[in-house]
Amino acid sequence: MKHISKIYTAIIFAILYTPILVLILFSFNSTNNTGKFTGFSLKWYGELFSSPSTFAALRNTLVLAILSAIIATLIGTAAAVGISKMKNKYLKGGITSVTNIPMMNPDIVTGISMMLLFVFVGTMLGNTEKLSFFTLLIAHITFNIPYVILSVLPKIRMMDKHLSEAALDLGCTPLQAFFKVELPAIMSGVSTGFIMAFTLSLDDFVISYFTSGSDFQTLPILIYSMTKKEVKPTIYALSSLMIVAILALLIISNLRSEKDAKIMRKAEKSKKVKKIGGKLY
Amino acid sequence: MKKTIMYLALLAMLLFALTFSYCNDDTETITLNVYNWGEYISDGSEDSFDVNTEFEKYYYETYGKKVTVNYTTYASNEDMYAKVKSGATSYDIVIPSDYMIERLINEKLLAPINFDNIPNYQYIDEKFKSDPEFHYYDPENKYSVPYTYGVVGVIYNETEVKSENIGSWNLLWDEEYKGKILQFNNPRDALGTAMYKNGISVNTKDFGEWDTALEELKLQKPLVQSYVMDEIFNKMKGDSAWIAPYYVGDFLSMYEENDKLAFFYPKEGTNIFVDAMCIPKSAKNKEVAEAYINFMLDKETAVANAEYIYYASPCTHVRNDEEYISYMTDIHPEAMELLYGDTVPLGETANFYEEQVKVSFYENLAPELLEYENELWEKLKIESSVGGSVYLICYVIIAVIVVGAIVLFIKNKKLQALYD
Repeated sequence: MKHISKIYTAIIFAILYTPILVLILFSFNSTNNTGKFTGFSLKWYGELFSSPSTFAALRNTLVLAILSAIIATLIGTAAAVGISKMKNKYLKGGITSVTNIPMMNPDIVTGISMMLLFVFVGTMLGNTEKLSFFTLLIAHITFNIPYVILSVLPKIRMMDKHLSEAALDLGCTPLQAFFKVELPAIMSGVSTGFIMAFTLSLDDFVISYFTSGSDFQTLPILIYSMTKKEVKPTIYALSSLMIVAILALLIISNLRSEKDAKIMRKAEKSKKVKKIGGKLY
Repeated sequence: MKKTIMYLALLAMLLFALTFSYCNDDTETITLNVYNWGEYISDGSEDSFDVNTEFEKYYYETYGKKVTVNYTTYASNEDMYAKVKSGATSYDIVIPSDYMIERLINEKLLAPINFDNIPNYQYIDEKFKSDPEFHYYDPENKYSVPYTYGVVGVIYNETEVKSENIGSWNLLWDEEYKGKILQFNNPRDALGTAMYKNGISVNTKDFGEWDTALEELKLQKPLVQSYVMDEIFNKMKGDSAWIAPYYVGDFLSMYEENDKLAFFYPKEGTNIFVDAMCIPKSAKNKEVAEAYINFMLDKETAVANAEYIYYASPCTHVRNDEEYISYMTDIHPEAMELLYGDTVPLGETANFYEEQVKVSFYENLAPELLEYENELWEKLKIESSVGGSVYLICYVIIAVIVVGAIVLFIKNKKLQALYD
């Protein structure tokens, strides 16, 4: 049985990570042949760093992902806190399911309906440039918000309701109570929401395709446009770098949370010691 | 303390992002929106000439105004058409293919070009200006300036394919190479191969002839390994497929990696296309756009683009450039002949293919024909060889799950009834 579970895990990991490993392997290929590995070279990495269009697209994608994730996290957290404090049960349920709709909607529906809306409003306002960076940003924030709410709401539910009441009792203003007590308690949910929003925005193609204007091209759209000719191995190199960066981020954040946990454990221990000490003397 | 640092970091990220997106928010800089095919310009990789940056420099030096070229890309004429037609964004330059230019002109989406601003237009081959067939899409030469052109041919693996069908479209229907043949993954090009094979005009208005082409493709289907576009490169380079129709310029780039490949123009005739630079009516900087077009025809730029894309250039001063000729000949000894026809007399208008191969354009189809063409294509794709068994397996799995669920439900009910 033990062996079977090990084999099972191995197969799952292989399925998950072989494509990424192959991608990384071929980013070091000396030619742009994907059929066979012809030799090790850093050629594509060199070319990547001398290709302004790819970098511009990467920069655009990152700018968009960071901005939309930050704004969506702010709005989404506020929304989750608001929803959790609602007293009317039906209203609460209704709003929770309404916020879930953009998540359930197929991307293509969201994309086309957003484009229609932007063109409609743009025509009403008399804009010549109906789609731009801002429409793209709005679209990304919109589809990010539900994910933030989804990851923050359970944390609020798990939090002891009396915490903020206690803070208020001890002299906090409601705002202080939120920032000093509630927010730290739900912080893990907020950061999960942020990371989810960031990654979703990073690799979105369909919605971006419909809502982006002429001034702003993201990486997925650039890669898609290469498909009449050939997707160049520089894109493999770029993807490998992104994977390594994300991996590094994950490891660092895991190490840090591990550290925090250690500090917490120590603090608890020393508290106990103090308590015992207080009783003794 | 920690929190303040975090908020500061967030603020810094926001500012950073904002400055990045707005560092060119200068009222004096003009933004020129260029919308082109992907991988279709010399972009500075591998130490090549970076056309857009050089244009920005050139424009600043000549006119004293700052221009930022905002270069975005698309994958097909139809993608480009959707963006331009929606009117949601304004592009200053688009580079569609012939039939799409015809459609854009018909729908009054293009602005006439002021050729006084494009002195380099003189270098465009006479053929594109005076032969009505070669600028059928723009009969008065008012809206477009040719950028590249090319012809579809058949690429095959010389060591594996030894057939008397070489030289004809029949090679794509050769049973001996079952599973090693590739076909275009778009209706026009795929049906086109069948039409050329059967001697049907590719612009026919007869629905019956379109049906014939479909029947021909259905016959070919069991032999086809897959319907592909950009995967052709990898499959042909890696020897996993042996026969494929594609553009001559792309053959040259495949040949660079795999010298077992060879190329021919089918004797029954084949498709020629021209991609030309146009200015949409909604363009905001028409004069800058014209300067850009002129810059694209400049010798240095045009040579750099031709050496990057590998497609044929309509510019005589490119075609006759010694350095360009030797560059292309290094890639394939017969590159110039393949790209420009049999003979390329220096200093003269080059011969086109018509002497060896009949070439014809895909003209813009009437809407009802376009719809019919898509219908035919769906018919071909739906009758997939994998289809039957895959669907069957899916149905069986779904049926098992549904039956299982019902059985469980009934059992539970019975148990409940027992307890009650």
